[in-house]
Amino acid sequence: MSLLAIQRGLRDHILAGGGDRPAGVAPSGEAGLAVYRRAYRAQLVACLRDTFEHTWSWLGDDGFDAAALSHIAARPPGGWTLDAYSEDFSQTLAGLYPDDPEVAELAWLDWSLRRAFDGPDADPITTEALARVDWESAALTLSPTLTIGAVATNSAAIWGALAEGQAPPAVERLPAPAAIRVWRQGLSPQYRTIDAFEQLALAMALDGCGFARLCEQLAGPDDAERVIARMGGLLGAWLHDGLICGVRA
Amino acid sequence: MSDRVIAPFEGFGLGLRPPHYAEFLERDVPVDFVEVISENFMVRGGRPLHILDAVRERHPVAMHGVSMSIGSADGVKPDYLRRLKTLVDRVDPLWVSDHLCWTGLEGFNSHDLLPLPYTEEAMDVVCANIARVQEVLERPILLENPSSYLTFADDEMSEHAFMARMCEATGCSLLLDINNIYVSGTNHGFDPAAYIAGVPVERVRQIHLAGHSQGKDLLIDTHDQPVPDPVWALYETACRRFGPVATMIERDDDIPPLSEMLAELDIARARASRMERAA
Repeated sequence: MSLLAIQRGLRDHILAGGGDRPAGVAPSGEAGLAVYRRAYRAQLVACLRDTFEHTWSWLGDDGFDAAALSHIAARPPGGWTLDAYSEDFSQTLAGLYPDDPEVAELAWLDWSLRRAFDGPDADPITTEALARVDWESAALTLSPTLTIGAVATNSAAIWGALAEGQAPPAVERLPAPAAIRVWRQGLSPQYRTIDAFEQLALAMALDGCGFARLCEQLAGPDDAERVIARMGGLLGAWLHDGLICGVRA
Repeated sequence: MSDRVIAPFEGFGLGLRPPHYAEFLERDVPVDFVEVISENFMVRGGRPLHILDAVRERHPVAMHGVSMSIGSADGVKPDYLRRLKTLVDRVDPLWVSDHLCWTGLEGFNSHDLLPLPYTEEAMDVVCANIARVQEVLERPILLENPSSYLTFADDEMSEHAFMARMCEATGCSLLLDINNIYVSGTNHGFDPAAYIAGVPVERVRQIHLAGHSQGKDLLIDTHDQPVPDPVWALYETACRRFGPVATMIERDDDIPPLSEMLAELDIARARASRMERAA
């Protein structure tokens, strides 16, 4: 029996979670097969618990593990790193909890902060570096760890309370569209709730849109000055947060 | 076969684990080397690499992986090898090791160390994969004997015979896990001492020590216990056969304070020293 056939048989047995002894495995291997079947699922559940610590805390052991096992059954891991396995767990949770959007939002925040933790390094620029910038042609280079996710609930406040070991607030729908930006400042992952204006400005900057064009597109026919003032404030906040890593001509 | 050789190195080390990061950064921990899990540092930036760089300034580092999948019938993944090479170039480790096993196939990764049949065909696959890895990494690697919980009907040779031929064909060396020999020996009914007697002396470059747990039917390689007496006894057998070999203790769950790990490492030092004097 070929090695490929043996490996396919063992893989399929593990994925199925049971069934007949795969061809090639010695008759004494029944107990060992059970060990590998259990270890596969236990390791993946442990990985998801580790990455989604606060989502786990929010859902509790039973709710979280049921969601994890559902995810494992639907999406077997493919990548060489266990970290990658967590990437689409928030989508699984969104499907399992369609009426509780804070669950997927918490998971997105858990995952994004983990991703920022070991994302690419980049040095932020200083205020002085902006002094000679020609804003008519300049475009911002933002931190490579920056990611933005839309939210409909106060999930950031819930996550923050869970992270501090405090009782989380009740779920509330936000009165207006909002988002959370996640990035790493120095070695520390950060997050901040932002409004729809900042979300759009960041999204355009990430798309490579120049600063002048970005202001022009964000401004309506009558509020150019207000938008420029707002963008000035955001530039200051982004500099303070270490989000700007370069300015391209 | 790789032309390069692994420089001689002896001593006693520990696995670098997150609960002990701060102490490794703040003080001179009395170990001769540390071993890191390669995949934990095959990242693009941030705190993990910051910690690794700082520890590397104080201690020689051995890289130990869990995802190479050297026994996969469809080969070792190029993207994995590229990332591993990047880390190897950054760390310049004492050596790079992984396990004699397979972890995935055709786009699936179990993230577990799955057993190989010890057949001529598996030998060809493993040796071809080792050659590819050593070519990319530009250095010979070490492979570790895994704990296993089943065997295959078509097995044509013992694990240690498989490893001896594998080393001879590829120039790779061995990381001998004493606990794994004990666990597999108990599970499959072979004599661990006879296993050690069959391992080629000149190929053993590192020894792992660890603890295990009694499962329902089998011993399980859990790394969540101190090294138990039967494993210490087998370590002494190994010391008598192999002489001074770089030795480290693995602990991956229920990790105790660093002081306890260092005390356990002192036991390894004492036992190895006793065997050396007796030789």
